[in-house]
Amino acid sequence: MAYLTTHPDVVPVISFRFGKGAADIDRYLELDGYKDVQKCFQMEPDAIINEVKASGLRGRGGAGFPTGLKWSFVPKESAKPKYILVNGDESEPGTCKDRLIFEHDPHSVIEGVLIAGLAVGARMGFIYLRGEYRFLIEIMEKAVADAYQRGFLGKGIFGTKHDFEIVVQTGAGAYEVGEESALMESLEGKRGVPRIRPPFPAVAGLYGGPTVINNAETLATVPHIFRIGAKEYAALGTERNGGTRLYCLSGHLEKPGVYELPMGYNLRKMIYEVGGGIPNGKKLKAVVPGGSSTPVLLPEEIDIGMDFDQVAKAGSMLGSGGVVVLDETVCMVEFALRTIKFYQHESCGWCIPCREGTDWLKKSLTRLHMGGAVDKDIDQIKYLAENMLGRTFCPLGDAAAMPTVGFVQKFRKEFEDHLNGKGCPYHPAPDYELATV
Amino acid sequence: MPAEKTTIFSPELAARFDRLVTLYPVKRSALVPMLLYAQDEIGYISDAVIAEVAERIGITELDVRNVVSYYSLMRTKPVGKYHVQVCTNIACMLRGGNELLHHCSKRLGIGHKQTTPDGLFSLEEVECIGSCSWAPAVQVNYDYHENLTLETMDKVLDEYRAKASK
Repeated sequence: MAYLTTHPDVVPVISFRFGKGAADIDRYLELDGYKDVQKCFQMEPDAIINEVKASGLRGRGGAGFPTGLKWSFVPKESAKPKYILVNGDESEPGTCKDRLIFEHDPHSVIEGVLIAGLAVGARMGFIYLRGEYRFLIEIMEKAVADAYQRGFLGKGIFGTKHDFEIVVQTGAGAYEVGEESALMESLEGKRGVPRIRPPFPAVAGLYGGPTVINNAETLATVPHIFRIGAKEYAALGTERNGGTRLYCLSGHLEKPGVYELPMGYNLRKMIYEVGGGIPNGKKLKAVVPGGSSTPVLLPEEIDIGMDFDQVAKAGSMLGSGGVVVLDETVCMVEFALRTIKFYQHESCGWCIPCREGTDWLKKSLTRLHMGGAVDKDIDQIKYLAENMLGRTFCPLGDAAAMPTVGFVQKFRKEFEDHLNGKGCPYHPAPDYELATV
Repeated sequence: MPAEKTTIFSPELAARFDRLVTLYPVKRSALVPMLLYAQDEIGYISDAVIAEVAERIGITELDVRNVVSYYSLMRTKPVGKYHVQVCTNIACMLRGGNELLHHCSKRLGIGHKQTTPDGLFSLEEVECIGSCSWAPAVQVNYDYHENLTLETMDKVLDEYRAKASK
């Protein structure tokens, strides 16, 4: 079992029930579970949405879209049924937060879905978890079964006239399915390729019905907003970035782990105090602040608050909250190659700029790293990546291109050092080849 | 599926599938979970699995194959009893994922997507498995092993070997 890591600066809102056995429904009820959804039964849908808007909650999957606003796009009247979709396909490299929610507090996800359902008038929800998380799917399925048994799901929930069904769905290994429209395709039993938008999911999503799709952490946060109050929740964070979030600290740190910290927490402090700094007396070289798709930051760029707006101002993204820390020993070309290798592997192949772009980037970076690259390759890599930006059906193309542009821009000297005909000058070629590079 | 028809799945799994197709507004939504659960029981997605799943859902075998070829957890060939999946994505790479993969390869005497002659182990380099803060990590079948060193990796492999000989 994985746990949240402790630190004096941790503010336990979403992790309030972590480590307290709340996967058990009785324990969840003892810890004030399912009280917040019952509050919402007494509220008008618009009032629920306004509370979520007032909380300043923004999507924890990566884009940071205001959650209440997203819900408000769902039309009141609809000929087709509406749906709530939980995106628990967590697979952005550097991200390992949703799994803690599913493991420690699965009922908060159910409660979040129910509240979202009341807000937009949906009667069915799906909780989509990545296939690798089999043990979590079992925990989630048990939680759903227990909720049905208590009358919190099914017909006439909580003794009201409302019906609500939830199905737990497994993915089967595809990063692309974390993209909202691809997830809907997958849930409809198809290849996980993105859909052309508009129409957006709020209007025509799953099975063509209006759909709210939110990241698991986002929906699991919703009951807590009603538990502590929207204003109080908002006040924990910074302007337009309400509350707290789970930050996943990984890489070269003394104390990697998942920590719940206020939005806007200083990145330098996060690395040196919360994460315990860089091991073995090494120096910091770079930070990937929000999962592998976010542009890299240099040590002189980390005096920023970790919220969506401040990180964007610094030229990167808060993304999924996956903070990957690199010490001075890392070869940035190798790191860029490993990053792009992932996106090339996961590109669904549906649109050309992404399918071909990721493949060429991988080829060029491999050549640079292994030896045999020519001068113009470096500009070619940057040119290729820049031309993928904004030209793909879904953000996977951008997710591959953005960090690549950043690596070349900020570590150009290192890229040039690889033009010696022999490949990586820092790390002598290992005595084995990476299996799939 | 009518009772008189035969199934290649265990009675438990067949019953689960009978229920699964009723959960969704459209039957086809059961496809991805059905294939994965079938693979768990049969070991891989065989032609027989594809045929029965297609029939249960009421789509063509080609529809099923299109989906199978998309998802990286789905495989059309058997793997070892213990499928060792080593993550080498960025967070694991920074903490020794590549060395771990190389070590497993040497210890097991097999490479990426290969199986030992006794069928006990197979090895695969995989993309991020969501263990970034507890890197490097390996998944054996569905079980996670995290914060590994070469020594603890050996222990993990030994434990599976011992489990198999019981």
